[in-house]
Amino acid sequence: MKLKFLLIFFLPAILWITFSGTVSRAKKITLLNLSYDPTRELYEEFNNAFAKHWKNQTGEDVTIYQSHGGSGKQARTIIDGLEADVVTLALAYDIDAIAERAGLLDQNWQSLLPNNSCPYTSTIVFLVRKGNPKNIRDWDDLAKPGIQIITPNPKISGGARWNYLAAWGVALHKWDRDEQKAMSFLKTIFKNVPVLDSGARGAATTFIERKIGDVLITWENEAYLAVNKLAGDQFEIIVPSLSILAEPPVALVKRNADQHGTRRMAEEYLKYLYSEEGQIIAARHYFRPQSESVAQRYADQFQPVKLFTIKDVFGSWKKAQRTHFSDGGTFDQIYEN
Amino acid sequence: MFLLKQRSSLPGFHLALGYTVFYLSLIVLIPLSTLFIKSSSLDWKTFIDIVSAPRTLAAIRLSFSTAFVAASVNVFFGFMIAWVLARYRFPGKKIIDALIDFPFALPTAVAGIALTALYSPHGWVGRYLYSWGIESAYSPLGITLALIFIGLPFVVRTIEPVIQELDPELEEAAASLGAGRWQTFGRVLFPVLLPPLLTGFNLAFARGIAEYGSIIFIAGNMPGKTEIAPLLIITKLEQFDYTGATAIAVVMLTISFILLAITNFLQWWASKRIGIN
Repeated sequence: MKLKFLLIFFLPAILWITFSGTVSRAKKITLLNLSYDPTRELYEEFNNAFAKHWKNQTGEDVTIYQSHGGSGKQARTIIDGLEADVVTLALAYDIDAIAERAGLLDQNWQSLLPNNSCPYTSTIVFLVRKGNPKNIRDWDDLAKPGIQIITPNPKISGGARWNYLAAWGVALHKWDRDEQKAMSFLKTIFKNVPVLDSGARGAATTFIERKIGDVLITWENEAYLAVNKLAGDQFEIIVPSLSILAEPPVALVKRNADQHGTRRMAEEYLKYLYSEEGQIIAARHYFRPQSESVAQRYADQFQPVKLFTIKDVFGSWKKAQRTHFSDGGTFDQIYEN
Repeated sequence: MFLLKQRSSLPGFHLALGYTVFYLSLIVLIPLSTLFIKSSSLDWKTFIDIVSAPRTLAAIRLSFSTAFVAASVNVFFGFMIAWVLARYRFPGKKIIDALIDFPFALPTAVAGIALTALYSPHGWVGRYLYSWGIESAYSPLGITLALIFIGLPFVVRTIEPVIQELDPELEEAAASLGAGRWQTFGRVLFPVLLPPLLTGFNLAFARGIAEYGSIIFIAGNMPGKTEIAPLLIITKLEQFDYTGATAIAVVMLTISFILLAITNFLQWWASKRIGIN
């Protein structure tokens, strides 16, 4: 009786332990790239290209898995234990958090690859309705009364933080680094925001499908996607005179890759993003390439625009996050009347 | 306790109880206790500061009030639907019956997007509502509409089997003893239906407090106005502020627990009155 009881009770546990062991022991060469939402199509193409490249170089077959989600949420899944080998996120702050909270990579990760570890960049532009009925040309026009602006909530969307910091940087530039004036400029802009979506794609849906708002503040690559893939004849892209250099960084998650024995491949994977082929794939998905020659080839796709960086204006992502998006930061102050 | 020792005619009592306790600890109790442990790393002052911030209070108030209104509406209409389904036969009944379960199966994000498409200023329904000055999406009303959608099957599926088991002879007996139609309903049927109605309300209400997926699409998420408490928790998590997030979660859990305890008590009291237990 006792034995039977024990058996029934522990059998599932024993089975589970046995089989979970065998599953993890079965080995394949795989790589997990944890990325954010708008890079899905980019990495689908890039992963195929890299698999071919790796096969040519080493003769090994490699399967690359990709995972997409909000940038901050993705960072949290790694911190909570998802064993990704490389991360390709929307902002350095999220990778900083992985380094700081989980210690899975070194604090100096951003200096390990060229161009601040950003193989491709983008910038913040405006998407307006065909014919630009409200005549929106530059940031100043966003503060005019009667304009409806769609932008996601920067407290939960990494993409939206770039929008917010772009506006803030432009304001600082305009009023000669007067924080007070920048604050009131941002307040006026956000008075014109009727809906704060939870992510960049959600905001795009509100603007494109729900037909709400006169202008969508968005990443250049997302704007192109909307124009070229979704409904080209209904929208126009407006590039402002000054904007922010959006730098979505990539990094090797050193401790995970070492544990999986995939470090060499993961490093090559990231390096390959900087190669000619990697740069062309990025440009094809409307990210601005770092390579001069590729940039020239896609010159008519990327209008010249004066760009400032996070480092120029805010010092670092950590500082920007603390001043603007932590509880009680400037964004919260906007909504405290 | 005495009852436990009586020998039942069926086997497996101890085993089943063992499994129940083990399973509940694993699935429910341990996750909930980690919540409290995590938030206990905050000192009282910070905890109170987070929880009593005007934005937190506004979000919690919004979550509970919209869930309450939605559950109340669902109790009324859910009761009607359940009654119709249980008592009448009509063509298309099977289809309507299947439709009721739809909100159960539909991913909540899909529900949210569909409802927003419908109720937004340019949507099929929203366009008329807006022209009458009713803001149907991006407002507390929009949140309530989504919660009504999500909560409906909970009410219908709790009440329906009880109505089916109600013997029509009860009503006939009441009528033959001289009760009017409203009297029959109010004094004979309603007392029996009250406990399942309360259960349905409970389920729909609890579901509404926790709902996130559909709401973020229709709410507009404006701080202090249409920002629900679960969104505030996500906001905290985005800043990697785990303890702040759990602080709000603990408050919500405590309020929910108290409210559910009250409705459970009412339910117990209602069943006792008609002598079911």
